Amino acid sequence: MASDRVVDDMEKLVDKADGIVESGQIMASQVGELALQAQAAGGANEFWYLFTIFVLAIFVGFYVVWSVTPALHSPLMAVTNAVSSVIIVGAIIAVGPEQFSDSKLLGFVAVVLASINIFGGFIVTQRMLQMFKKRTK
Amino acid sequence: MGAGSTLLAYLVAGVFFILTLRGLSSPVSARKGNMFGMVGMAIAILTTLVSPTVQSYAWIVLAILVGAAIGTVIALRIQMTALPQLVAAFHSLVGVAAVLVAFAALFAPESYGIGVVGGIKTASLFEMSLGMAIGAITFSGSVIAFAKLQGIMSGNPLVFPLQHPLNAAIAVGMIILIFWFSSSESYFAFYCLAALAFLLGFTLILPIGGADMPVVVSMLNSYSGWAAAGIGFTLENSLLVIVGALVGSSGAILSYIMCKGMNRSIVNVILGGFGVDAVAAGDTATGDRGVKAGAADDAAFIMSNATKVIIIPGYGMAVAQAQHSLREMADKLKAEGVDVRYAIHPVAGRMPGHMNVLLAEANVPYDEVFELESINHEFATADVAFVIGANDVTNPVAKTDPQSPIFGMPILDVENARTVLFVKRSMSPGYAGVDNELFFRDNTMMLFGDAKAMTEEIVQAL
Repeated sequence: MASDRVVDDMEKLVDKADGIVESGQIMASQVGELALQAQAAGGANEFWYLFTIFVLAIFVGFYVVWSVTPALHSPLMAVTNAVSSVIIVGAIIAVGPEQFSDSKLLGFVAVVLASINIFGGFIVTQRMLQMFKKRTK
Repeated sequence: MGAGSTLLAYLVAGVFFILTLRGLSSPVSARKGNMFGMVGMAIAILTTLVSPTVQSYAWIVLAILVGAAIGTVIALRIQMTALPQLVAAFHSLVGVAAVLVAFAALFAPESYGIGVVGGIKTASLFEMSLGMAIGAITFSGSVIAFAKLQGIMSGNPLVFPLQHPLNAAIAVGMIILIFWFSSSESYFAFYCLAALAFLLGFTLILPIGGADMPVVVSMLNSYSGWAAAGIGFTLENSLLVIVGALVGSSGAILSYIMCKGMNRSIVNVILGGFGVDAVAAGDTATGDRGVKAGAADDAAFIMSNATKVIIIPGYGMAVAQAQHSLREMADKLKAEGVDVRYAIHPVAGRMPGHMNVLLAEANVPYDEVFELESINHEFATADVAFVIGANDVTNPVAKTDPQSPIFGMPILDVENARTVLFVKRSMSPGYAGVDNELFFRDNTMMLFGDAKAMTEEIVQAL
């Protein structure tokens, strides 16, 4: 009977579809697991990237600072102070959101303080450096 | 602005900051270096402003304007003698800023992309607590350093009983809190950690004496860098990590140089209390030994007949504000054909390089100013060593007497000069509380009086 064959075929198709759904689910969960693993690995990589930068920057700092002439150690201190106020970028992000929050308030205060340092530090360094003159003959 | 371009901009800013430090290798390139620093900072701030997380600008602009106004006024008004306390005050601000940013990240982690409230990554929590703790220590330590330098608080080391066990206990408590906080994200643990860190800053710096302030200020400079780096790790911000590392190592090197200049180990300075016993020792007999005292006229006569005069300025000169009359004196001598140079001991001021700035302010050309290593051999050929406001850094006992508290400290060999002139208020010993053998030598002439008044008298007599 033709109708029996159709029913047979349809049952087979349903079976196949079930199989496909099942393997799809398995694949999806595998992808999910892989994604989690990748994320974990990515998070760890992020740290090691930063750590690499950190260690290399320490070495750069070490050699560059040893080449600073002792006569300019005060300006060095004032300028590193101004430069370390680059922490302002973290503070700006806290003030960034539209809606008001505790973190926005904290960020606001931090931006004020860091700005005092940035302007104060660079200007006082400039004042010092302008005083260093060669012998006029 | 995409993530890639933000990172690139941060890298450019970082390179500018390296060039800033590099510029300081000579006074000629230093001003350009400072400009690089400003450009780097502008790039960093602008890059952050255009990042997608920043949506409202009014408050940010207001905050920057307020800070800029305050900072500019302070920087333009400050006296160069007050530079050390200014730097200490600035360090404290970096410390507070680090603490505030750490708290902001804790309350609103989603702004920084490090998770959600209650679900911040453990690594971020750890870095956050570390950055915050170092920032808090930097803050309270700098406040004490400022108070001591400004004279609000006595410069004497404030030693208290059980000082070391107490500090150790606080440190252990902090470590426990850091691990508790990292595993639980407990606000309570974070508040306690902040409180303990502030306390540790106070108890660490209080016992350190006034003359060790050059080391302390350098050390706090270093801490402010490490705090910035800690926050950089928390926020996964490469620029903050770069800057933190640069500043941290810079401050560490300066601390090392200052310690070498006093022949002290950094541990010895941090443990504090130096100068307590020594001051007591200083009371012991100046003896009845005779010294040769002279007047301004004598000094003027000796120096105008000299071919080479080396001036050794110490902090006493800066306190008396004698640098301008000192430069006048040098000008008059130079006009008479005398070769005048300045010799600077590494710890001559209240912060690294302070004396150089004070002399530069008095228009002393920097190529007449020499560091200890480059001028020490020249004392043998000098006719006059003119010591003004300095004492311990010329004391030969540092080379001869292993019992002396200053033994091993590098000194300026003024004793090798034909004549040594000491401008001093009295016979009192210097900070280290040790008598200076040089006062009693035949070729030494003491010029008793205020450094500024005495120098002015010499200028008159020339």
